[in-house]
Amino acid sequence: MTDLLKSIGRWLDARLQLGQTIADVAAHPVPRSSASWWYIFGSATLVVFILQVVTGICLATVYTPAADRAWDSLIYLNYHQPLGWYLRALHGWGSNFMVALMFIHLLQVFLFGAYKFPRELTWVAGCVLLLCTLGMAFTGQVLRFDQNAYWGLGIGASIAGRTPIIGFKVVDLILGGPIIAGETLSRFFALHVFVIPALLIGFVGLHLYLVLRLGINEWPMPGRIVRRNSYIAEYQELVHKDGEPFMPHAAQKDLVFAGLIILSLLVVAAIAGPIGPNGQPDPTIIQTVPRPDFFFLWLFSLFALLPPWTETVLMLTGPVAVIGLLFALPFISGTGEKSWRRRPFSVVIVILAVTLVGTLTWLGTFSPWSPVMDAWSATPTPIDYVKGRTPLELQGAVLVQSKQCRNCHSLGGEGGMRGPALDDTATRLTRDQIVRQIIQGGGNMPAYGKNLTPAEVNALVAFLATMHPRGEPPARDSARPALPASSQ
Amino acid sequence: MDTEKTERTTRRNFLFRIGIAINAIAIALFAIPIVGYVLSPARRFTWLDWISLGPLTDYPEHQTRLSEYINPFKKAWDGETAKIPCWVRRLDGNQFQVFAINCTHLGCPVRWFAESELFMCPCHGGVFYSDGRHASGPPPRPLYQYKYKVEAGKLWIYAGQLPTLGHPNA
Repeated sequence: MTDLLKSIGRWLDARLQLGQTIADVAAHPVPRSSASWWYIFGSATLVVFILQVVTGICLATVYTPAADRAWDSLIYLNYHQPLGWYLRALHGWGSNFMVALMFIHLLQVFLFGAYKFPRELTWVAGCVLLLCTLGMAFTGQVLRFDQNAYWGLGIGASIAGRTPIIGFKVVDLILGGPIIAGETLSRFFALHVFVIPALLIGFVGLHLYLVLRLGINEWPMPGRIVRRNSYIAEYQELVHKDGEPFMPHAAQKDLVFAGLIILSLLVVAAIAGPIGPNGQPDPTIIQTVPRPDFFFLWLFSLFALLPPWTETVLMLTGPVAVIGLLFALPFISGTGEKSWRRRPFSVVIVILAVTLVGTLTWLGTFSPWSPVMDAWSATPTPIDYVKGRTPLELQGAVLVQSKQCRNCHSLGGEGGMRGPALDDTATRLTRDQIVRQIIQGGGNMPAYGKNLTPAEVNALVAFLATMHPRGEPPARDSARPALPASSQ
Repeated sequence: MDTEKTERTTRRNFLFRIGIAINAIAIALFAIPIVGYVLSPARRFTWLDWISLGPLTDYPEHQTRLSEYINPFKKAWDGETAKIPCWVRRLDGNQFQVFAINCTHLGCPVRWFAESELFMCPCHGGVFYSDGRHASGPPPRPLYQYKYKVEAGKLWIYAGQLPTLGHPNA
């Protein structure tokens, strides 16, 4: 039996002529320092990508890329197709895994100075892979053709529509027509299934080829400076003096980690299940709160928090500038120190970027800037705030609910966070200031002068003037003499 | 020009040059239908047509109501996405304001709250007054409005494309 296999192997190798190439790749020397647990994230990203291709092809055998059928086919996959729910879960969570691993790989490569001479193009190819992966994540979210996908496309189109002069034509091109509809989904299907995967496969090939040809980056030692005229000789000396064959010394760690990643993906997908779809993509169902997937939440937050007058400029130039800088990095600092210990500026950039994206993502999970659309009708008024109140004050408490004040202002920790909580309004504003704020608005609050009668304003102010913690006196107009506490 | 090189123009590399030239022309011609096909959604300057929102009796005076229409440029496989909602505000008599559903910030669907007479957006907290003016939040302009007319007892709007800042005439 083994003889037969061996002879088949010899026959194949005589025709394919691959044996020697594979042996060379396996035996190519890598610096001993690079056979490290820090160097496993790139290969793990690739492994997850291969899994994505497999699960993606399976899903494509059932998923229907037509606007009137896509949502139904997702429901079919989730509930009727045997194991459809699990393949959707593997594909959806695989996407999260791939984005996460890719970013860890990016940070590691950046901090280890691996983009420096002569590996500039390896980095550039990696940047293309980064864009493609994010492109897959966004187009994949669109193929999950639900309410979030529909309004997410609206957000994308609205950003594109801000481009001067040609904006409205760019919108037509993105949507494949004048509105988000059948051709939009088909366009994104073509991108997600043909165009971007082809680019990914091509650039993964280039990326790997360059890693093999130029050699894996050595562990950066402080003081070991990259110079264009001597680096390649120094690297060759290093791998030959203090090198190891790639197999098994470096590959074994990649292998173990990739196995663990696949196992954790299997477990996470089994526990968490498929991602969506949420409501069907019917734009007339406007009782919806559109949110992007986790890895785009930080952008969603950024659009809420940027000062409005900077938005159009930043939306259009920001991505170009950031992506441009990423691509230009190896040409800006292609030589010099590799070690993060001697590159404090780079470390600061990483800390700032991670903190910024992390904070914005965290804010995006509860988006305090959005009104809570049903707080006025669905959230109870805290009992303490109505106990012992006069009829006029109680009428004011009713108005706080019925005029939707609570969509933006919380009471007892429940309600919107767009404006300040009302629990201690009276300690911050005098009665006159409360009247002015309600009638004229200001500081991001709409003016209610037109839709409140004087009697309603009176009741509202009477209620809000009682909103101060026990023991903390209400705000007082300093131009008026202090009154005894009993008359407050 | 190096005479030695020109002398070495053999039949074979002459044919090779002809081959390159023919392919360059062929590929350029091939690209024309491809590019035209891909760019075709942008072939019209605007996508607008008159479409009815139903009888005037559906819209009581001094009220703002949700309405919907089927996109005039609908495809057979658009499904529910061909339905587009909009807000109709009837003032006195045949005076109307017909607002696009899309927030002018980033296109999310604004919701009307009759009690506080505000439109609120669930995405980034944009708020508009009953007449569409900006009240609060990041939106850069008032709500988009459709052109409308009243004909044969019906309300008609001039609609068909997703309104964006580049395409404000919804």
